[in-house]
Amino acid sequence: MKLLFEQCPSQSPQVLPPCDIPQQEVIPLPAQLGRKNPPRLPQMSESEVARHYTALAQQVFGVGSGFYPLGSCTMKYNPKINEQVAALPGFTGIHPLQPEETMQGCLEVLALAEQYLCEITGMDAMSFQPAAGAHGEYTGLLLIRAYHLARGDHKRTNIIVPDSAHGTNPASAVMAGFQVINVASGPDGCVDLEKLQAVCDENTAGLMLTNPNTLGLFEKDMTAIAEIVHEAGGLVYYDGANLNPIMGVIRPGDMGFDVIHLNLHKTFSTPHGGGGPGSGPVGCKEFLAPFLPVPYPVSREGSLVLDGERPQSVGKVRSFYGNFLVVVKTLCYLLRLGAQGIPEAAKHAVLNANYLKQGVAKDYDVAIDMPCMHEFVLGLGDLKKETGVSAMDVAKAMLDHGMHPPTMYFPLIVPEALMFEPTETETKETLDEAIRVLAEIRKTASENPEVLHGAPHHTAVRRPDEVQAARHPVLRYRWED
Amino acid sequence: MSGYLPATDVERDEMLAALGLSNLDALYGHIPDTVKRVERLSIPEGASELEVRRKMEAIAAKNTVFPTVFRGAGAYKHYIPAMVGAVTSREEFVTAYTPYQAEISQGILQSIFEYQTMICELTGMDVSNASVYDGASAAAEAASMCRERKRQTVLVSAAAHPDTIRVITTYTEAAGAKVVMIPHKDGITDLAALEPLLDEESACVYIQSPNFFGQIEDWEEAARLAHGQKAKLIAGCNPFALMLYRSPRECGADIAVGEGQPLGMPLSFGGPYLGFMACTDAMTRKLPGRIVGQTTDLDGKRCFVLTLQAREQHIRREKASSNVCSNQAHCALTASVYLATMGEQGMTEVARQCRTKAHYAAEKISALPGFELAHQGEFFHEFVTGCPIPAGELNARLADKGILGGLPLEGNRLLWCVTEMNTKEEIDALISLLREVAK
Repeated sequence: MKLLFEQCPSQSPQVLPPCDIPQQEVIPLPAQLGRKNPPRLPQMSESEVARHYTALAQQVFGVGSGFYPLGSCTMKYNPKINEQVAALPGFTGIHPLQPEETMQGCLEVLALAEQYLCEITGMDAMSFQPAAGAHGEYTGLLLIRAYHLARGDHKRTNIIVPDSAHGTNPASAVMAGFQVINVASGPDGCVDLEKLQAVCDENTAGLMLTNPNTLGLFEKDMTAIAEIVHEAGGLVYYDGANLNPIMGVIRPGDMGFDVIHLNLHKTFSTPHGGGGPGSGPVGCKEFLAPFLPVPYPVSREGSLVLDGERPQSVGKVRSFYGNFLVVVKTLCYLLRLGAQGIPEAAKHAVLNANYLKQGVAKDYDVAIDMPCMHEFVLGLGDLKKETGVSAMDVAKAMLDHGMHPPTMYFPLIVPEALMFEPTETETKETLDEAIRVLAEIRKTASENPEVLHGAPHHTAVRRPDEVQAARHPVLRYRWED
Repeated sequence: MSGYLPATDVERDEMLAALGLSNLDALYGHIPDTVKRVERLSIPEGASELEVRRKMEAIAAKNTVFPTVFRGAGAYKHYIPAMVGAVTSREEFVTAYTPYQAEISQGILQSIFEYQTMICELTGMDVSNASVYDGASAAAEAASMCRERKRQTVLVSAAAHPDTIRVITTYTEAAGAKVVMIPHKDGITDLAALEPLLDEESACVYIQSPNFFGQIEDWEEAARLAHGQKAKLIAGCNPFALMLYRSPRECGADIAVGEGQPLGMPLSFGGPYLGFMACTDAMTRKLPGRIVGQTTDLDGKRCFVLTLQAREQHIRREKASSNVCSNQAHCALTASVYLATMGEQGMTEVARQCRTKAHYAAEKISALPGFELAHQGEFFHEFVTGCPIPAGELNARLADKGILGGLPLEGNRLLWCVTEMNTKEEIDALISLLREVAK
């Protein structure tokens, strides 16, 4: 495929009318301030631009293209109505610094989304300023820090992170000025209470926990975990990446969590856009609310206003109020599903995962074979020893069957891991087909492993050389002249 | 309400039976009842698509869409060609995940590679990442790139956007480093005041140009001063101003960042927007977030992959250069389609029209008594004037005519913005309205 810059120059469309300011009124730009080397940008006709991007779109696999069981990413169907509503001029045409009385609709979106999501999570307040999950983690950790400091407790420098956690957790903790204490999971894949107890002390600021965890298992000792951390004076942080299987069924706020972030682009059906924009709102219990980012929308005398005067706030983590249109889409989803539909969706996510797990467990080893929640992890260590076929090989072979592979090599505690999350919006037929395909791949692994080492065979490109990409980075196009 | 569940009752029961379960709640049987919620969620019942559409339209109707906008301050109203929405609303682009599986993601990967190239061209820098959340977080991440063990002071121009200053402060102070403000004088950063603030602990200097007041800054002198103490210069940019004014690279900047919203994204109450970041080759491995690189596949065919991942959180965990995971990929695609459609000529034309119209408006407005220009330096498409009556009162009068007036600043001044969207007729009408109060 040609790059934009390799296309023959063609006539650009005339998008703007000529400038309507009379020439004699034009004030020229002082020459010494002018740019010497103008940027080289494409020069293409409208029809060529359209073709270029159509060709690119044809080389993208989205949720609309087929089964997408990418673990921990919750690739559920992204409803079309969400997109249409978020494109209403009454939302897209609003300047973030308009007078408050002219933005009441936008503030109502934030207020309703906050109210409903707090009810679903058992939290008391929520800010939509964080733009993605990791950004939400970071903001939540800033709340924890501010809370301890406000109490004059300066010793709390440690954040405890289980070794099964997403990589963003330790990275966010360091950015928020903490030291990371990694704690190994028990043989059952869950938090090991003794090991947790051993690292909790007067330096503990908090624990970051994903529940269900990244093995798709519900932390069985949840209540005890929260007690241990609270006993030591720390707070408990909920990584909302895996909220989908428990939304409306179990609330983080009822399990002892003090602060959470959500991934609206996972649990609440907003699309991933090829890697964002997401939205990572941070929710908290009442006692942490004074620390939320500013401005924070509040109701005053019958109208909504943006409260910027919150002396204990952690400040701002992003300009304005976050990825607002993503919140619009979330509100649409919440209104569609409602009180009954939310837990119903969660339960079906768990049903689909367990059904798929049972189907593939005939041919592959499940890392921890327990009833799972929304996802499960296969460990292909033995398969690799027996046949030489790796998790990568199996994943790439799925591409030839028109399926997006599961998350590979994560969590790190399972060798040759493949993490499947089918979500609730897949049909039984799709799951049965995935089970059939995986059985076929397993058979090929025994009979003809070479075929799998060379997979995929039918995609536009095959196993790009990542080592070369990193050793000799080519990160932009360069013209020959 | 079934929401978006495809399973029929029969299928659901078949699946439950296959698992040896009698109902959905049994799926949670191993979880202690103490944490399970029994009462119904206290949120509205689900609703049909049409009902939800009506409800959301009613909420949107509570907002006022101003037909004429003379306000910017970090969020700019520009024309968005039809091509942008048509391309970016394609389901593949909308619903894909981060392109981990390169074989079936070449479209997204190539579009990011093209985006990186165009950001490098705009800024004149060597390397761009695949985007971060917005201009403010881009500036904060850039400051983090510059901090070293013994260089823990970040110098920030007080003439930068207030939100950018606040986000840089949040990020920097959380990491245990220090922010020192460089004062402004006559609407631009006071570089004479910068010199004594620089020392061997200075990590970087952040200067936005055009700055919050619309004025063009002297990046070159700032770079000279910063480099004199081995500190870096971070240039905060506006993508259209880059078409006309000296680029960060021409001025010696080490990192260029900015808010990409003007490149095809609507105002949208502040987001989603786009943080762009580009730097010199020397700083490549400190760049946060995703980066796409070119390589070849098994058949020797050119292709693209996410690369230099050894910087990133999923590999390095607590040693990562940043925690960024999801960024603003779809907004980067939007910017790319916008740039490809407008082309170099179109981009230059938008930039020229913005500047020409803003200068025309500034001349006329500042000729009115009480609306004198606050600053005398070169500006791009924003400028500050006085206001002879309370700014809120003036804006209320303008709002009655469907005009969103300049942003009120301290000292009863107004920050105006004029873009290619504002016709001469609109500008002249604004001036007539201002003349009524100018006494």
